[in-house]
Amino acid sequence: MKYVVCVKLTPDTEELGEVRAEDVAGTDLGVTMALNPWDEFAIEEALTLQENHGGDTVAITLGSDESVEALKRAVAMGIEETMLLSDPAFEGSDAWGVAYALARAIESLDSYDLILTGRQSVDGNSGLVPAGLAVKLGVPFVSQVAKVLELSESNVTVLRALEDGIQTVRVPLPAVLAVSKEINEPRYPNFMGIRKASRAQYLATAAADVPRLDVGQVGAASALLDWTDVRKPPARVTTCELISGATAVEQTAELVERLIADKVI
Amino acid sequence: MSILVYTDHTEGRVRPVSLELVGQGRALADTLGLPLTALVIGDASGNAAAQAIAHGADHVWVAPGAAFTTFRAQAYAEALQAAIAAAEARIVLVPAVAGARDVAALAACALNIGLAADCTNLSLDDAGNLLAERPIYSGNIVTTVTFRSRPQMATVRPRSFALPERDPARTGEISELTINLSPLTDCEEVLAFAAAQTEAVSVDNASIVIAGGRGVKGPEGFAPLYELAQVLGGAVGASRAAVDAGWIPYPHQVGQTGKTVRPDLYIACGISGAIQHLAGMTNARTIVVINKDKDAPIFKVAQYGIVGDLFEIVPALTEAFRARLDR
Ligand SMILES: Cc1cc2nc3c(=O)[nH]c(=O)nc-3n(C[C@H](O)[C@H](O)[C@H](O)COP(=O)(O)OP(=O)(O)OC[C@H]3O[C@@H](n4cnc5c(N)ncnc54)[C@H](O)[C@@H]3O)c2cc1C
Ligand SMILES: Nc1ncnc2c1ncn2[C@@H]1O[C@H](COP(=O)(O)O)[C@@H](O)[C@H]1O
Repeated sequence: MKYVVCVKLTPDTEELGEVRAEDVAGTDLGVTMALNPWDEFAIEEALTLQENHGGDTVAITLGSDESVEALKRAVAMGIEETMLLSDPAFEGSDAWGVAYALARAIESLDSYDLILTGRQSVDGNSGLVPAGLAVKLGVPFVSQVAKVLELSESNVTVLRALEDGIQTVRVPLPAVLAVSKEINEPRYPNFMGIRKASRAQYLATAAADVPRLDVGQVGAASALLDWTDVRKPPARVTTCELISGATAVEQTAELVERLIADKVI
Repeated sequence: MSILVYTDHTEGRVRPVSLELVGQGRALADTLGLPLTALVIGDASGNAAAQAIAHGADHVWVAPGAAFTTFRAQAYAEALQAAIAAAEARIVLVPAVAGARDVAALAACALNIGLAADCTNLSLDDAGNLLAERPIYSGNIVTTVTFRSRPQMATVRPRSFALPERDPARTGEISELTINLSPLTDCEEVLAFAAAQTEAVSVDNASIVIAGGRGVKGPEGFAPLYELAQVLGGAVGASRAAVDAGWIPYPHQVGQTGKTVRPDLYIACGISGAIQHLAGMTNARTIVVINKDKDAPIFKVAQYGIVGDLFEIVPALTEAFRARLDR
């Protein structure tokens, strides 16, 4: 059984607010970068499944050389192998381009059974890459996976969270699963893991090194979308008015009057 | 050619966001002089089709039948692909809710259509191309997505547009879609479904959200919040701390790793205002904070605040609304 986890390096969520609009198109955001928090759940799930069912784990990322940091975190948590897809040809790819390159790279592995991804990235926020990956690989896709119930050599049974309830879904392998945060509690890397991660080698794989990868399908030229007018949202103009009063009854009565006067209620 | 709206529903009950998109789809269609088409998949689609027409659709494609009785991402995506072809869709709008998101992504990628995800506003440029506004960087940056090809597709968050008026006198055509499902659809077997305990309003559709955090101290602590929500016809939300503690289920979580909400009124009770929580709620029209710590960062995004113990303030607020609104 081979578990492939797709990971991405994204801004540390504490510093997302400091990202400047003019830096979004560039290569350096000027903030601390970290493993996309959603991907920790995917890594954790791969490790748990490996503990229970055996097999091999590999983490794969597409990005700049700096993306090694995301792979390091994966290795520190316990992932065995890594693959860094890095090439100027990938720059400016949209979700379908990223999915295409990841799919070709995954097909180049000696085998693959379960492909695990996060739900979305905290920078692009699209959540499109996982579905795109399934399409490009021609395999089933299940998102919002809240639990893996059963895994066999040939198929996987999971819980899928929908708006009005939870389905039990079974699909044959290989398959792409996008996990939800309910699925597990990601582990913290231990000292051994961190040491292993810092000693591991992370060689970049270029577009030309991936068999059957057509560079015409990646990069800015192939993108179907453009991000225009990248800007900060209008600042929330708020001066908080503290409602005072001698008692809770007085305060809340005053608040109700304000909300009614403002036509909020 | 037409504008196509994916009309998400549960057993014929159309989700409000679907109707919001029918409303906005109607506006775009009128500007472009095109008809508005809707797609309804699954059983009881007749009722949902009638609702889509009453709210503005000219033509509804339905996909009933055994293959669509329960949600299956691949089968539904292939139905959407068929509808995009049948409707000669120039713009496709899909609600950004669980399930429908996958359908949109699978169909768009299979047809190599550009898809702008989780949009909060839509308009047209002078050439009639879609302009899709969406938050990125977890709401810290906004961009207007433009498209290099057609069709153009967007998933759109609940409450981005007003609900259109229902006009029962409106008429429209309903036709059945012919779909040749691929073998891949057979791979996805739904073995069971456990319906969620349905609450009157879900946190992302609610116009009023009463949210609780670690300050509510336990599952029982949410009881006064539910009472206030009931009086106001709102929904109950939560911080991740409250969800992780197991006091309230995950669908209630608001924030970066939960739902993004934009109600008219958000009342945060016992929530400190971590940046990841703010990512999910600062688009609320009015924010009220109840917290015993006057220095809690959440006061910075609020219009009104009460410094005090939520177990005293929230019940008093419920009573104050009851008295004032006669409920
Ligand atoms: C990657 C990542 C993603 C995250 N995603 C989310 C997310 O989606 N949503 C989210 O909410 N958080 C998220 N978090 C967690 C976030 O950082 C905070 O830990 C969390 O929001 C804190 O929840 P809280 O405000 O309820 O708790 P606390 O920060 O502990 O605040 C409790 C507040 O309650 C007040 N209080 C206590 N008792 C009372 C009382 N009796 N009356 C009135 N006030 C009282 C206190 O003064 C305090 O301000 C995320 C974190 C990370 C790292
Ligand atoms: N550049 C990338 N390299 C590897 N995995 C990625 C990349 N971008 C996105 N993913 C995966 O797809 C998920 C959803 O990301 P997104 O579609 O960008 O919101 C992430 O949680 C990752 O698991």
